[in-house]
Amino acid sequence: MSDVTTSTAFVRSVLTEAKAPPKSIVGPWAWARGHLFGSVFDALLTAFGLFLIGWMVWQVLDFAVLRAVWSAENGEACRPEGVGACWPYVGAYWKQFVYGRYPEPERWRATLVFLIFAATLIPLAIPKLPHKRLNALAFFVGMPIASFFLLAGGVFGLEPVETTLWGGLLVTLIVSVVGIVCSLPLGILLALGRRSKLPIIRMICIVTIEFWRGVPLITVLFMASNMLPLFMPAGMEVDKLLRALIGVAIFTSAYLAETIRGGLQAIPKGQYEGAMALGLGYWQMMGLIVMPQALKMVIPGIVNSFISLFKDTTLVLIVSIFDLLGMIQASLADPLWISPVTGKTGYLVAAIVFWVFCFGMSRYSQWMERRLATGHKR
Amino acid sequence: MTDTAAAATITTAAASDAAAVRMIGVNKWYGDFHVLKDIDLTVNKGEKIVICGPSGSGKSTMIRCINRLEEHQAGRIIVDGTELTEDLKRIDEVRRDVGMVFQHFNLFPHLTILENCTLAPIWVKKLAKKDAEEVAMHYLKRVRIPEQALKYPGQLSGGQQQRVAIARSLCMNPKIMLFDEPTSALDPEMVKEVLDTMVSLANEGMTMLCVTHEMGFARQVADRVIFMDAGQIIEANEPNAFFAAPQHERTKLFLSQILH
Repeated sequence: MSDVTTSTAFVRSVLTEAKAPPKSIVGPWAWARGHLFGSVFDALLTAFGLFLIGWMVWQVLDFAVLRAVWSAENGEACRPEGVGACWPYVGAYWKQFVYGRYPEPERWRATLVFLIFAATLIPLAIPKLPHKRLNALAFFVGMPIASFFLLAGGVFGLEPVETTLWGGLLVTLIVSVVGIVCSLPLGILLALGRRSKLPIIRMICIVTIEFWRGVPLITVLFMASNMLPLFMPAGMEVDKLLRALIGVAIFTSAYLAETIRGGLQAIPKGQYEGAMALGLGYWQMMGLIVMPQALKMVIPGIVNSFISLFKDTTLVLIVSIFDLLGMIQASLADPLWISPVTGKTGYLVAAIVFWVFCFGMSRYSQWMERRLATGHKR
Repeated sequence: MTDTAAAATITTAAASDAAAVRMIGVNKWYGDFHVLKDIDLTVNKGEKIVICGPSGSGKSTMIRCINRLEEHQAGRIIVDGTELTEDLKRIDEVRRDVGMVFQHFNLFPHLTILENCTLAPIWVKKLAKKDAEEVAMHYLKRVRIPEQALKYPGQLSGGQQQRVAIARSLCMNPKIMLFDEPTSALDPEMVKEVLDTMVSLANEGMTMLCVTHEMGFARQVADRVIFMDAGQIIEANEPNAFFAAPQHERTKLFLSQILH
């Protein structure tokens, strides 16, 4: 012992092998002890949490399944005390929720649009599938053109259908998809412009961003539907839905611009210098080096804006465009189905539909984030 | 000023149209701060120059002026016959022919090693992807890491990353290579592998300007060592004379600090 402590020289003769960790820190029991019942307080929190989850699941199950009315000709069966969700009402109205007031014999056109939308979006979203360039062309160019002519009609012998008749989920999807697809490139340009060296460009971008960000979306929609016509030359009219679309797209792009600017600021100067030293021009540098990294970094923020936009589409109701929520609300006035639970059922449906779309976007973006991670900094 | 001019005359005598880089009376300011003062420097084709000096002496700034990562406000810089001006076309032309290796590598972390190397040949030189990949693999073999081609920069060690950065520059087939403290950010064990790569590049006749404090490297490959302080060239000489008999007091002080 004493000769070990007094000697300063030491040479290891045998290298120590790595050993397995002790039993107490691996396995499910060790996990539960560490994460659920670490202390008395932790155990109480776990119990309380379990109770809360159980209680909420029970409430929903009780209302939506156990006490629910499953078949009825009208709202009569849903009127007694203590009855749950009134599903027959949804059965009678679901087509209106999906298509709005789109004329019944023409609804196949809207269905076809849904199908084209799904057929071009789903393969685009699966990275493994080939022909991405062609697919993107189909989704960003072919799909909007086909959808417009199919829905509006007036060509190829299709009956013209006014946009005031469009509604329901159809309008919700149109407003959000157009909003998302148009606002992203616009937001990128605004973000780049705000960091431009050219003072005029920078000023225009700053003013645009700060103006649109500083105004509530409701105001934007009101302005678009009531004020804009006053500034238009007499006789010239822009479709109300189109006006709402433009309003929503620009509004969102202002938010996106700031999110993306945050990402741009996080890119080290060395990346720009590396790109410039190789002889890349400004747009090549931005498009190939800076933007891919900046956008990847701010995916959570971008998707946040998209989800927010998807839910904010419900505000178009105030300029009398009837989206999904608008149609549900309108249907509640039907005396045939009036009952204490009709409203709850309708709003439950709206909540589920919106939640499914938003949750889908959220999960997809998280998966994308993990996929794009290349494990590095700098 | 007269010292710099004297140092420059040694080189201008030999310089002709063969000059790879000519800097004539170059001055640069950051706001009020005068970073480069009357820089006169001619680099001949195939010449290897090592630039040293205390931090803040303007050595990085000087070589960054050569591919216009920094712009000079007075004087002339002529790179391989092309004078650097505001003209973006000329800047692009010069950057195509001048490779640069940075202290912090500046690889593109979202691209694989191979993509890092093929990006500029494809987009700037308009090479076909297949040809660009062939060139890239050739240079990755030269820096001895072809097996890393499909990995991302974040998965490589510092020394490997710096060798990739060298290969990436070489893929553009540059006439001049600039090195801005290429080994300063590396772990001690990795400095040698990068220096070896640079030595072999030098032996092949590449025109090189290196800002570095690796004096062993300077002795081994440099045709000329330049010492800078306070934004000016204080002393320039071939390495043996430079290290054995520095003339200027400032140079003597600097060398006594770094050589033990």
